[in-house]
Amino acid sequence: MLEIDGLEAAYGDVRVLSGVTLSVRPGEIVALLGPNGAGKSTLLACVAGLVRPRAGRIRWDGEDLRAVPPHLVVERGLAIVPEGRRLFSSMTVEDNLELGAFSPRARAARRESYERVYALFPVLRDRRRQIVRALSGGQQQMVAVGRALMASPRLLMLDEPSLGIAPQLVRAILDALAEINRAGVAVFLVEQNVRAALTLAHRAYILEGGRVAGEGGGAELLRDPHVRRAYLGPLAVGE
Amino acid sequence: MDAIGLTVLAQQIVLGLLLGGLYGLAAAGLSLVFGVLKVLDVAHGELIMLGGYGTYWLFTLLRLDPFGSLLLVIPGMLVLGVVLYAVLFGFVVRAHEETRVKNSLLVGFGLALALHALAVQLWTADDRSVTTPYSGAVLHVGPLAVPVIRLVSLVIAFALISGLHLLLARWRWGKAIRATAEDWQAALLTGIDVRRAYLLAFAIGTALAGAAGTLVSVGYSISPAIGLEWTLKALIVVVLAGLGSMLGTFAAGLVVGVAEALSAAAFGGPYREVVGLVIFLVVLVARPQGLFGRPSR
Repeated sequence: MLEIDGLEAAYGDVRVLSGVTLSVRPGEIVALLGPNGAGKSTLLACVAGLVRPRAGRIRWDGEDLRAVPPHLVVERGLAIVPEGRRLFSSMTVEDNLELGAFSPRARAARRESYERVYALFPVLRDRRRQIVRALSGGQQQMVAVGRALMASPRLLMLDEPSLGIAPQLVRAILDALAEINRAGVAVFLVEQNVRAALTLAHRAYILEGGRVAGEGGGAELLRDPHVRRAYLGPLAVGE
Repeated sequence: MDAIGLTVLAQQIVLGLLLGGLYGLAAAGLSLVFGVLKVLDVAHGELIMLGGYGTYWLFTLLRLDPFGSLLLVIPGMLVLGVVLYAVLFGFVVRAHEETRVKNSLLVGFGLALALHALAVQLWTADDRSVTTPYSGAVLHVGPLAVPVIRLVSLVIAFALISGLHLLLARWRWGKAIRATAEDWQAALLTGIDVRRAYLLAFAIGTALAGAAGTLVSVGYSISPAIGLEWTLKALIVVVLAGLGSMLGTFAAGLVVGVAEALSAAAFGGPYREVVGLVIFLVVLVARPQGLFGRPSR
């Protein structure tokens, strides 16, 4: 459904992505791993239309996404949870969710979408009239995932959803992603929490220095010596 | 202070409140445009001036009641806002956020000069005001005299601000405008057409300026030269209030109006203009986010 081919991007003279090729198929959970500065967030920004790639193709159901105005990307069924959540923090939980269903297609289904989000994160139903700023980091992340789900996406892309969140809430977010996926939504997960991401993902790509340095099944990469050494720490090697 | 002195002071405060309501209305449009587009429209006062002349024309040519003329001035200025956005400010917002304010200053000053020249051509440089049969009516509250047209103007200004507040709180696109003001990239990600949110905010801001102009032409007077003065007043109120709260902007307008009246009473008429600038400086130094604004992240 999403095919990225030979993607190159740069900020000024600084090359961030140099020829990235990857794909996501319907119903999959795909993880994108890699160190800071590898270009993971830039890749998402290219898909969202916020950064214009230098070269390469981004295809969604065969359509070139570079020709789609950014605000219409979500209408195509592709929702993004950006790094740092980027919520409308002076507004209520409910207003944030409503804005997630802004596009006409999502708006038509918003009653069911509210129910789906509240079923996934019951705490949000109790807090729906609260201003987002007053919520904890974990709850804010739930709102961010919920806002993206309100768009009724077929592919949900998340940038570091576990960053800066209490460990028990990380579990809740990842469990929610698995459940969202069971409902048929493909998930593309950019994550620094490598062990959690690989446990969850069907497949994963490793991005290093703007290139795909490795790919494979989630379980397979968990056993891979390079991955263990580079991302799971020295203690993990002898496990 | 004797009883007469107190009465005079109270009278000044009442007049300050009545004028302050107009400051609040004048500032609301500027605040909306600045908060959402990150563009400083220094021609805002000229838009107020145009609204005033709109009412003046409708009154002298068609004998239309000045308050009734709002029903034409507001939609007319809304359309003007759409046109100005399409031919001028729509290009400014394409610039990177940091360069936007600089570019908007140039565009705004150019527009202000052009509108000033146009007004001199159409209406001459004379002071004008709209005088209706009820213009002299005064409401007596104890020893205080409240000019009826200014009181009606205050009520209308408050009603318009409340309407704007509701629009931004309840309407789908109102929420989209607030979302865009807070984080335009996140707004794009949720599917909001940010350019349209900009257009709506600018058009509404222009319409509010027009409405303020109408009220200025009834209770006070207009001339082609009032633009800069009103832009400055509106800017002082926006700085005092901070961005994000329209009711807060209205309250800040009242504060500036009263502060001017008090300083005029204490130090004499010429000082009423000074107090606004003092407020401006004190707020920028002591509380840059304003009374009702949030500190930027």
